[in-house]
Amino acid sequence: MANRLLIRGGRVIDPAQDLDDVRDVLIEDGVIREVAPRLPTPPETTVLEARGLIVAPGFIDMHVHLREPGEEDKETIETGTRAAAAGGFTAVACMANTNPVNDTAAVTQWILERARAVGVVRVYPVAAVTRGLQGQELTEMGELADAGAVAFSDDGRPIRSAQVLRCALEYSRITDRVVIDHCEDPDLTQGGAMNEGYYSSLLGLPGMPPEAEAIIVARDIFLARRTEAPVHIAHVSTRAAVELVRWAKQKGLPVTAEATPHHFTLSDRAVYERPYDTNLKMNPPLRTEDDVAAVVEGLADGTIDAIASDHAPHRLDDKRVEFDLAAFGVIGLETAVALALDRLVHTGRLSLRRMVELFTVGPARVLRLPTPTVAPGRPADLTLIDPDQTWTYRVEASFSRSRNSPFDGWTFRGRAVQTIVGGRVVFEAPAQQEGRRGRK
Amino acid sequence: MTGRTEPTLDMTSPGQWHRRHLLAIEPLSREEILTVLDVAAAMKEISQRDVKKVPALRGKTVVLLFFEPSTRTRTSFEIAAKRLSADTVSFSVSTSSVSKGETFLDTVLNIQAMAPDAIVVRHRSAGAPYFITNYIDACVINAGDGSHEHPTQALLDAMTVRERLGRLDGLKVAIVGDILHSRVARSNVFLWHKMGSEVWVCGPPTLLPPVFRQWPVRVTYRLEEALEGADVIMVLRLQLERHISLRFPSIREYFQRYGLTRERLKYAKEGVLIMHPGPMNRGIEIESEVADGPYSVILYQVANGIAVRMAVLYLLLGGATG
Repeated sequence: MANRLLIRGGRVIDPAQDLDDVRDVLIEDGVIREVAPRLPTPPETTVLEARGLIVAPGFIDMHVHLREPGEEDKETIETGTRAAAAGGFTAVACMANTNPVNDTAAVTQWILERARAVGVVRVYPVAAVTRGLQGQELTEMGELADAGAVAFSDDGRPIRSAQVLRCALEYSRITDRVVIDHCEDPDLTQGGAMNEGYYSSLLGLPGMPPEAEAIIVARDIFLARRTEAPVHIAHVSTRAAVELVRWAKQKGLPVTAEATPHHFTLSDRAVYERPYDTNLKMNPPLRTEDDVAAVVEGLADGTIDAIASDHAPHRLDDKRVEFDLAAFGVIGLETAVALALDRLVHTGRLSLRRMVELFTVGPARVLRLPTPTVAPGRPADLTLIDPDQTWTYRVEASFSRSRNSPFDGWTFRGRAVQTIVGGRVVFEAPAQQEGRRGRK
Repeated sequence: MTGRTEPTLDMTSPGQWHRRHLLAIEPLSREEILTVLDVAAAMKEISQRDVKKVPALRGKTVVLLFFEPSTRTRTSFEIAAKRLSADTVSFSVSTSSVSKGETFLDTVLNIQAMAPDAIVVRHRSAGAPYFITNYIDACVINAGDGSHEHPTQALLDAMTVRERLGRLDGLKVAIVGDILHSRVARSNVFLWHKMGSEVWVCGPPTLLPPVFRQWPVRVTYRLEEALEGADVIMVLRLQLERHISLRFPSIREYFQRYGLTRERLKYAKEGVLIMHPGPMNRGIEIESEVADGPYSVILYQVANGIAVRMAVLYLLLGGATG
């Protein structure tokens, strides 16, 4: 007997088909069967009333740290993917800085097996560019790609040597996988704890100059030009970096970029207003209000291809310390979509469609994944959004094992209310109103 | 004049003061600063008595929590507390134990469990006193946090200037040296700006980056310009223990450009006050003839440090509750 789910009356926003209209979506055995303005309800079908909701292709967070293997006290594939589902994501790409580092096919395969066993959403492993993230010898990219790595990155640290990056970009061409770089000149940021600027000078904290990002972004762009290999700039945070990427795209170079919700929401002023709150410490650091504006412009005009959370769970002990000693990073899977809605869409700076692109076709294009679309024959990975539901994020109720969010207690307008992976509802938000769901 | 035990100041109305902690000068109002200085002026008299003690803080416990070596500031706070009859406990923690020993938070929680009334904290990390306030009921006094602030230093500097020049406004105050890493500079910039004086900051550009032009100060890399017509010169300690070797080529050239010498004093106003927060590097940022010369008020600063710290302890611990 077929397992059927009918999502009725939702507003389907599907950038790949240029579709924004009310549709019924019929799912059968995990696959989208039919999409039409009005569908009859077949027998033995679960009906999900989606009137007033947005039905989008499944959202992808292309930059998360699941910490497993090796740091299971911070996060596991199970808890991280639960948090992803709660945030509306049907897939995540997880970075290689685990222990052991994901620099061999065995680790990649282990992650995939573990994800199949306990994962709630799809997991795409990102393998290291260099062995042990040491920035010296290339990993066996061919075998890693064959094992299922979707991209290569030493994220958490930059690839220090331009020559190593050049070789990595050239060699990566055998795999049709992108190299993702964390752009930071480590000499310029050494000892830094926050953005270098007015607020770091007030707070007496060692600064990380914005140029430390721009210089490496520029280097990477020129290496992409030389090697004709794609490079993806992780978490752009500065106006200079956005402008460099825009320039690269105008030149037709294979350069893409992502931005995080915290970088389009918060500025370094927050560290002054919430003095020395270590949940405001991340790398790249929160920048100025002008940088925030530039990131938002980049998201709107297509310079930036994806919104990615850079979900970085940390132990309480690594955050409940002096600011300069605290670990860099914040969790973000559960707040990313809400922040995009609340801060970008409801403020009129981004259309809903553009927001959906940034979570779907944008990251999929960067990672060379099949184009997410709500079309017959495609896996039923869907994200249902209530753009107007008002809710408050409580980090103590997080599905993540970690608590290092700067958004605890924030109230948002809009959220993902249902996350569907392969036709299975893997997350359902607590209902705000009655009568939205029913069974026929 | 002997044997008096009651302070002469009318302590029932110490003016504007509602804070539980003294973490920085930056959030203080002009009135709050004046309140501390007024109380400090009254406190000073206690230190001149034969019996240098009043019972104002009897039964209060003040913990001195120093994570950075310090002799003068710790001693100053300890004497200040004792002259107000508070009990003091000194807790010095070597910074090197941070990585292996007890965490900062555990140390703080342990001290909290001993129910102190005030904690005076010195720490190498900016913001450490703010961090403590999240976990502790006691009043927290910042005795210097990294490169952030050193509020009692600026207050004692202001007290010294007011005693000598009779005013706090309309002055030209030149601060010379490693502005970037100096908590003394930060606290003083805020204080003098609030009091209506003009602050000049001067040092090599590596220790005075362009961001300081966004501060309420005048920035110059030429010492002569900073000193021109100055009423007060504050010479900062060149913190050679920090990794600043890349920031200037040699101590010799630093002294040539930024060392305060007799010759350079001619640019300043007649009767200029020379100040230094200590400890001094003689022959590096200041020449001995200037440090020990007639314009130097460096030892008055030290004496006033006690009065200012008595005032702060009194306002935080005694003022509100009587």
